[in-house]
Amino acid sequence: MKTLDFLLQRLAKAILVVLGVVILNFMLIHMAPGDPASVLAGEAGAGDEKFIAQLRAQFGLDQPLYWQLWTYLKGVLTGDLGFSYRNQVPVMTLILDRLPATLLLTGCAFVFSLVLGILLGVIAAYRRGSVADSVVMTSALVFYATPLFWIALMSVLVFSLHLDWLPPFDMESIGANYTGWARVADIAHHLVLPTVTLGLFFTAVYTRLTRASMLEVMALDFVKTARAKGVPKAQVIRRHVLRNAILPVFTFASMQAGQLVGGAVLTETVFAWPGIGRLMFDALLQRDYPVLLGVFLVTAAVVVLVNLIADLLYRFVDPRIEAAS
Amino acid sequence: MNAHSTPLLRVENLSINLPPGFDREFAVENISYDLSAGEILCVVGESGSGKSMTANAIMGLLPDYLKPSGGRILFRGKDLLAMREPELEQERGRSMAMVFQEPLSALNPLMKVRDQIAEVMEVHGEKNAETRDRRVLDLLEYVGLPDPTHLRDAYPFRLSGGQRQRVMIAMALALEPALLIADEPTTALDVTTQAQILDLIRRIQRAKGMGVMFVTHDFGVVADIADRVIVMERGIVVEQGPAADVLNRPKHPYTRRLIAAVPHREDHGAKAAAEGEMLLEVKNLRKTYRSGGGFFSRPRVVNAVNNVSFTLRRGETLGVVGESGSGKSTLGRCLLKLADVDGGQVLFRGNDVVPLSARAFRPLRRHMQMVFQDPFASLNPRQTVGRILTDGPVANGVPYAQAESKARELLDLVGLEISAYDRYPQEFSGGQRQRVGIARALALDPELLVADESVSALDVSVQAQVLELLQNLQKKLNIAIIFITHDLRIAAQICDRIAVMYRGEIVETGPPEQVFDAPQHPYTQGLIAAIPGLEWNPRLAVV
Repeated sequence: MKTLDFLLQRLAKAILVVLGVVILNFMLIHMAPGDPASVLAGEAGAGDEKFIAQLRAQFGLDQPLYWQLWTYLKGVLTGDLGFSYRNQVPVMTLILDRLPATLLLTGCAFVFSLVLGILLGVIAAYRRGSVADSVVMTSALVFYATPLFWIALMSVLVFSLHLDWLPPFDMESIGANYTGWARVADIAHHLVLPTVTLGLFFTAVYTRLTRASMLEVMALDFVKTARAKGVPKAQVIRRHVLRNAILPVFTFASMQAGQLVGGAVLTETVFAWPGIGRLMFDALLQRDYPVLLGVFLVTAAVVVLVNLIADLLYRFVDPRIEAAS
Repeated sequence: MNAHSTPLLRVENLSINLPPGFDREFAVENISYDLSAGEILCVVGESGSGKSMTANAIMGLLPDYLKPSGGRILFRGKDLLAMREPELEQERGRSMAMVFQEPLSALNPLMKVRDQIAEVMEVHGEKNAETRDRRVLDLLEYVGLPDPTHLRDAYPFRLSGGQRQRVMIAMALALEPALLIADEPTTALDVTTQAQILDLIRRIQRAKGMGVMFVTHDFGVVADIADRVIVMERGIVVEQGPAADVLNRPKHPYTRRLIAAVPHREDHGAKAAAEGEMLLEVKNLRKTYRSGGGFFSRPRVVNAVNNVSFTLRRGETLGVVGESGSGKSTLGRCLLKLADVDGGQVLFRGNDVVPLSARAFRPLRRHMQMVFQDPFASLNPRQTVGRILTDGPVANGVPYAQAESKARELLDLVGLEISAYDRYPQEFSGGQRQRVGIARALALDPELLVADESVSALDVSVQAQVLELLQNLQKKLNIAIIFITHDLRIAAQICDRIAVMYRGEIVETGPPEQVFDAPQHPYTQGLIAAIPGLEWNPRLAVV
């Protein structure tokens, strides 16, 4: 199939998936107990029926569910994700405000875990059975098994409180008002702990995956062919083994990229990172439906988009894909 | 050849240890032989004989857990075993090259053909990309690949098995090595492709004056190309000499046994089978496969079985012969309703089984059984042989005690110990497992046996035993056998009639004598001309 055909087909599927996610989430949220109007009224200190009914009418919550869904979908098509009851701002504004911070954090964590994981995996496979292999694989196992929040708390304790090397929370130094490169450096400084914390688990996964895949490929016939040609060992590893061994890692990474956005909720909460994860967490506690739905929609769209890009890239990395599809 | 000149390759008292836990101490033990420039030396033996090990030792490509423990490998006077890895890398690909068995897995799937060939030149110092490119083109043309300008930009998966093997050979020839080691290079190929590749290797060897070490298990191939032969058994060289001597006047009992086991056309004479009662009539059977297709593209349609008709009587063996992709296995699966049929009739004892539902067909299934190709994959490793043999009968309502005593009888019938009943498949060798597979098929007293490449995974001596077993069973039980194979020699040896399949159709049917001596269809003619060692009669060698 031609790449354009493929792209059109995948794009159509992607839109359907996002639409499905929106509808499903919409239904699920309305099935959950707890009404935003009563929460709002409760917080305003006026829990009487009339006030609640008034709030419900104001936000359209008195309309039938299918009608609410239809109104919501119409809005989504025009880029309107609704209005946050709680923050009194359009949801889109809230999300656009927070999205860059999350993308920065997850992007850094993703690159960090992928690069370090592949590097360690290659070393472990190349020096299989050596001390380096044991050290790498044992640490990978430790980070694989340790809960994310515990690593987060411990790293704050050690690197922020005890050693005072890195800031423990937020994205920028409060009140510093840096500009230009000074601001970039300040953000980078703040990024280190959350990135490493969020990335370590996946580093462990990629290390193990890369090592296993490398060892599998090293046993294949074409590696022997390369050696029979007189290709030096390091070059055999780089040109023949790694390129083939990276394929399953690549597949896994494209699936994990989505999960990383989910994992950010925890990290953002612990490190008070002003991202979409924390926005979602707060919205959940406040029954802020439009914000929740908006966050779900945007994360789903990001995941679908990442997968689409991965599929496209895959066709360049592995020439057999195009023929098979 | 001057007896005092230094040979191209001299292997002296080479021994390679096996790690503890193997069935013997040495992979190869104290072997010695010479290979001169301009000579083809065939190394023959069955699996586990150490023939590939020797080849890999020369190239320095043994797996890490195997180390030569003694002897020397002198290549142009220099001991390869004493060389360090960087020195060996200099020799590999430049002065000695290797071609492997599996042409698909031996090429890097993610690299274009041109890059894989050019890499040899690049690592051995050819820095000029243009020179490399020109040479790649020359080489592809030299090994007879069509349209080299386009083909060089293809990835290996686009190429057929024969084309891939030509690419491998082009790669090996790139720097005109003095020694070419070919490890079963034609074993994975169809017979006509094999003939072309053998021809190519012989032609190149003569033109370049190379020394070729050709590892094979097939005496037919040996008869076709060898100048000299060494025969290996369990790591030891049991016999070596000029090809004509070893092939026609074998001295060692093992060589004699091997040669006696080589399948060869037997003169049957007229057999009584032709008078047996009609069991199976296949009329215009069709099976198509569709693949791909979607919103934007049409599906690809392949006529795997196209308008196939034949008959089979009790006690008769019909050989279905063809190359890979000819539809012979699909035909077998259709007959047993293991694959859906798209048209035609399969009359079993006069009743058409094609329209029957799975439920309605079930009672008939026990009468038609299959023996599969791979004796390792076709037996459940978690079930004892006893369970494997009794499962079918018990499922068909036979009381367990009766099934069990029958199973023990069957074990005896197929030449296994009765004690095999309580053991697991993995405790047996390939040949023994195939006997279990045959016993399983017979447990239901079938009237028709479909044997799909049932001996092609076996060594030649084991193969001969299993073929003999099948023939004896047929005589005893008067069953009809459909014997699907790619090997014409085997078909000629055991079949009463042969059907030649080509692209889903039967292009020719007849008794072996007729198909072999007066093939009508051009495809059959080509197939027969391609049989390795056609001129050589193994039966005369061991009379």
